[in-house]
Amino acid sequence: MASTDIAPPEPVTLTDRAKAVAAIPARVVFAILEIPFRFVQRIFGIGAMPYFFILPNMVFFGLFVIIPLFINFAFSVTGGTNLFLTDRPYVGLEQYEYLAACANHFDPTTCREDRFWRGIYNTVVFVTFQVSLMVLFSLITALILNRDIRYRGFYRAAFFFPVLLSPVVVALIWKWILLRDGVLNAGLVGLGLDRILFFVDPQWAMFWAIFVSIWANMGFYTLILLAGLQAIPPDLYEAAEMDGTKPERVFWRITLPLLWPNMLVVIVLALIKSVQVFDEVFVLTGGGPGTATQFIVQYIYTTGFASQVQNFGLASAASVVLGVVLFVLTLLQLAVVRRRDQG
Amino acid sequence: MADIAATPSRTIGGLATARRGGPNGRGWHWTDIFTYVYLAFGVALMFLPVVWLVLSSFKTQAGLQEFPPTLLPLGQVQVEVQGFDEPLPLFEVTFEDGTVRQMAQIRRIGIMSQMVDPENPEERIQVSIDDREPIREFRVAWENYTKPLETFNFLTYLNNSVIVTAAATLITLLINSMAAYGLAIYEFRGRNAVMLFVIGTLMIPITIILVPTYLVVTQLGMVNTLWAVIIPGCATPTGVFLLRQYMLTIPRDLIEAARMDKASEWQIYWRIVLPLSLPAIAVLAIFSVMWRWNDFLWPLIVLNRSEVYTLQIGLNAFQGELNVQWHFVLAMTVVALIPVTVVFAFLQRFITTGIASSGMK
Repeated sequence: MASTDIAPPEPVTLTDRAKAVAAIPARVVFAILEIPFRFVQRIFGIGAMPYFFILPNMVFFGLFVIIPLFINFAFSVTGGTNLFLTDRPYVGLEQYEYLAACANHFDPTTCREDRFWRGIYNTVVFVTFQVSLMVLFSLITALILNRDIRYRGFYRAAFFFPVLLSPVVVALIWKWILLRDGVLNAGLVGLGLDRILFFVDPQWAMFWAIFVSIWANMGFYTLILLAGLQAIPPDLYEAAEMDGTKPERVFWRITLPLLWPNMLVVIVLALIKSVQVFDEVFVLTGGGPGTATQFIVQYIYTTGFASQVQNFGLASAASVVLGVVLFVLTLLQLAVVRRRDQG
Repeated sequence: MADIAATPSRTIGGLATARRGGPNGRGWHWTDIFTYVYLAFGVALMFLPVVWLVLSSFKTQAGLQEFPPTLLPLGQVQVEVQGFDEPLPLFEVTFEDGTVRQMAQIRRIGIMSQMVDPENPEERIQVSIDDREPIREFRVAWENYTKPLETFNFLTYLNNSVIVTAAATLITLLINSMAAYGLAIYEFRGRNAVMLFVIGTLMIPITIILVPTYLVVTQLGMVNTLWAVIIPGCATPTGVFLLRQYMLTIPRDLIEAARMDKASEWQIYWRIVLPLSLPAIAVLAIFSVMWRWNDFLWPLIVLNRSEVYTLQIGLNAFQGELNVQWHFVLAMTVVALIPVTVVFAFLQRFITTGIASSGMK
């Protein structure tokens, strides 16, 4: 009689049954994996078990992150077009010198590897506008979503929706709108204006690269800022209201200081992602017209993989340069996050 | 005093702090109007491009070439005329005397077009192309969807994407949860070093190790197989971190009790800790599906043969052709969009809270 009391309840609803059926393959896999792990535990004892649990993940990390990180330096100091390191002659810092050779560093056309410098300048322009505008609009949107509005869930979801779309889909959605015969040009013609060839004019191409990337990523940062806003204790606002504090003073003295740690996190995260811009813009403009929207990651991709002669050494040297930039940004991020979590 | 939020204030401060007020019986303030205008504009900006894509994807090839474009998918009416093998497009022709008649076009020669009356196939006339308007009806071009899946490789691409997403997510969940379990439950020598190592790998995005990772994948013989896309991204530091933080909250007594009952460590892992960690595992599963379904740069490098293309790479190749077949590209873009939209529709709340609490994507 006691045994019937402790027997697990039978699945009742259809979803419960579906879940139970779906769990069967997982159960089989875990039951099979139990055999080697039981064996290992018997031989090495319980103290060795954590090492076996972390082993598969660490092997993957080692093979695809740590070893490549070191080989990257090896690639950047060797020449030739061979992929296998043993067949590559040592050239010292030649690749870096080649990348750095410029008559005037502020004018990419005077550089030996002008596409690299063009990529750097384009990336700087892109990052400056994209990050500042995206953080600004994310902040405005978060402030508005934090107000006492109806259907907040719906609006929040609307701003977040593009974040989930793939970069290729995002780029194709906008390319279709911006084409010569696209709907935006139809609107311009309807207003009596001339058509604009958005992908032929370098400045328009850069504008749309920035616009589309903000469109696709803004919802993510809005969400973080909104969470930060909602974490501000309401008592502070009530107290300010009691004291008759002016709303703008409340914003500068309460909202912004308390949100600032989250703002910093958002800025640094956006910087790290923005420096690595590639996917959306590559599909949208292909880096064109000319090299007007070609960024540093596209330079690495083109040099190492998409040219007739695959120059792995040069691509690796450029990767190391990008890696150093990202390393500095990440240290900044860690410092910022630590300060937020402590304060 | 209490009405401070409703007191007009001509600064941004009013907008930025008015948490109360608005349509809740306190009267309308200009910031409320701004709020709803901004939200309406925002919703339109976020959704209309997608709606336009979906509407366009149902248009025929001829319909897509129209300028200015029509809102709904329209196709020209075609009629069977006696004496012609092919159906002819129907036009509304305006004659000089002002009468309007429906005529079918046989052929167009320069600025003139040769027309025939469908009722009376003997009667043929020449009219200027400026005097005729095509007659159109609502028509959905389903062939945009069926044809790429039948004649091009899109079914293969779709299949590859599903395999990559499913396999990579399962492997990710298994090895990440194992590592998280090891790091959360045990005290062992080197644990802090391993944690530091995991956090350190967060700093190394694939963009800075493209060439050497390509070498490793080549050495392992995985180039141009789906494994090249599945395996390298499986050990996600994000996943290990997320799951470990969650597992730290599981009471230790539970594990001690299981050990008393002679459960092996593996049994504790999959019978006790994993079921309790399901919420965190679900978040990681959603993230992983999104990452893999949308992955672009790495597959672009390691997949060079059309048989192994994923949907994203196939779409990119298709839109990069000299004569882009937009009617197919648009339809396949919608196909690529569907899974993510379905996931979004059902799990939106879950995803947004997951991101807001972990600060990761």
